[in-house]
Amino acid sequence: MTALLETAGLTRRFAGLVAVDAVDMRVAAGAIHAVIGPNGAGKTTLFNLISGIDQPSAGRITLGGQDITRLPAYRRAALGVARTFQNIRIFGAMTVLENVLTGLHPTLHATLPEVLFRLGRFRREEAASIVQARAALDLAGLANEAGLKASALAYGDQRRLEIARAMAGRPRLLLLDEPAAGLNPAETLALAVLIRRIRESGTTVLLVEHDMGFVMNISDAVTVLNFGRHIFDGAPLEVRQSPVVIEAYLGHKVAARLAEGATVGVRGA
Amino acid sequence: MTYPPWLDDALYTYQNLIHSIGINGLLALAMYVVLAVGQLSLGQAAFMGLGAYSSALMTMQLGLPFWAVVPLSAVVPAAFALVIGLPTLRLSGVYLAIATIGLGEVLRAAYLNSDTLGGALGLSGIPEKAETWMIYAILAAAIAALWLVARSGIGRAMEAMREDATAAAVMGVNVVRYQMGALLASAVLAGIAGCLNAHVSSFIGPGEYGFEPAVTILSYALLGGIASPLGPVIGAAILTLLPEVLRGVGDFRLVLNGGIIVVAVLFLPGGLLPWRIRRRAA
Repeated sequence: MTALLETAGLTRRFAGLVAVDAVDMRVAAGAIHAVIGPNGAGKTTLFNLISGIDQPSAGRITLGGQDITRLPAYRRAALGVARTFQNIRIFGAMTVLENVLTGLHPTLHATLPEVLFRLGRFRREEAASIVQARAALDLAGLANEAGLKASALAYGDQRRLEIARAMAGRPRLLLLDEPAAGLNPAETLALAVLIRRIRESGTTVLLVEHDMGFVMNISDAVTVLNFGRHIFDGAPLEVRQSPVVIEAYLGHKVAARLAEGATVGVRGA
Repeated sequence: MTYPPWLDDALYTYQNLIHSIGINGLLALAMYVVLAVGQLSLGQAAFMGLGAYSSALMTMQLGLPFWAVVPLSAVVPAAFALVIGLPTLRLSGVYLAIATIGLGEVLRAAYLNSDTLGGALGLSGIPEKAETWMIYAILAAAIAALWLVARSGIGRAMEAMREDATAAAVMGVNVVRYQMGALLASAVLAGIAGCLNAHVSSFIGPGEYGFEPAVTILSYALLGGIASPLGPVIGAAILTLLPEVLRGVGDFRLVLNGGIIVVAVLFLPGGLLPWRIRRRAA
């Protein structure tokens, strides 16, 4: 499969800390690809670099062969990079539908005079974006909540709204930062269904998640980070059996005991 | 333009007040456009001063007709906004507020020391060419334009930036461009307000564009709220009328005026008009 997203030597240094350390990663087009690693492994920093809200100290990021390393976040959004945040960042005072409409901002090209005089292009774009936003709400199962104030939604629905907002523009790449965090088991199952549906619609999904059962169940490929370094790449099954990964999560003592034949699994795996 | 006799009398008696309400309404809108994108930029009094001085010179020195002076009065403030925009937009919150107030003080010192601008005496004898209907026509056009913008994708992007600029950028909003656009719109509105003010009061001086008016303009938006462009205009009308209504209490009116602002901020965090604009299908 061809790679949609590639990073080469991607590095982000903060004062005295290398949060992302020379990461080479390949995300295949059409995949559901997970990034896992212990806390502080650099997963969210990696997402910030890919989405453009943080700039790398070194390295390159390419999307579909195009170098996007130096592009500002809004340009990457227009090229089809969308994301959600670990701590939900919806626009609370706006309605659910308006939140999703902001996700369609790159599709609006009406100039100020066209907006002021409500000319044809403005009206066409508004009408089209409302249709598209409603489709995204349908996908996320929030069609009936369209007119509600976003901050009034239940926690799980806010997570779905954030996904709907990111999906509104039919992005090529969707970054999900801990989408299952705080969800109950039923909501997590529904989330897995939603993510598969998103992949079927043609969007490649890259996700960070701590819920191992969820990751193993849903992903085609897993990348493991530890202390900013890329330590493993493979299918979910391979990851579960990799001594390097077990050591990263459980420390070298447990890893050694496991190698001697003790049976301890990664939780939920 | 001629008015019926009763209106003519009222206009004559309360002329200054009626002009002030309209002009302060424009200044309130100049404040609204920057607050609407989440920028606490307090350069409106400075923009107003630039509009006032430049338009007074255009009328008195160049002899330009008033219909040309009004739009041209936006040029100098807009140019100033472009120059200060890029360096100051890197700032946010109180740092931006302090920087923009500082810039206003720099301009005040410049007027004070410039002979062409009349120094401490200011400029007097400016022809009173601004008519009441002009002020309110411009105010109405500004409200309508900002209302239409608010009810569009641009308005959604502005509100998104106000709530969370990073999330807005990830949605594809060019945050810096919108911040710059808002600052320019603010400069244009305040500059025209300054021009109108100079041409109704016939006198302008450096003291009118310093720290105090900057804060007064902010209080219009605080009282009215920024959920829609109407809020700040109503805030301006109330705060302009109050000192007149409260004339009976003498020197206590300033205390009452301040007290009302404090109460409004404490108990009406969304302002007097907290209702959001209704957007299509939303």
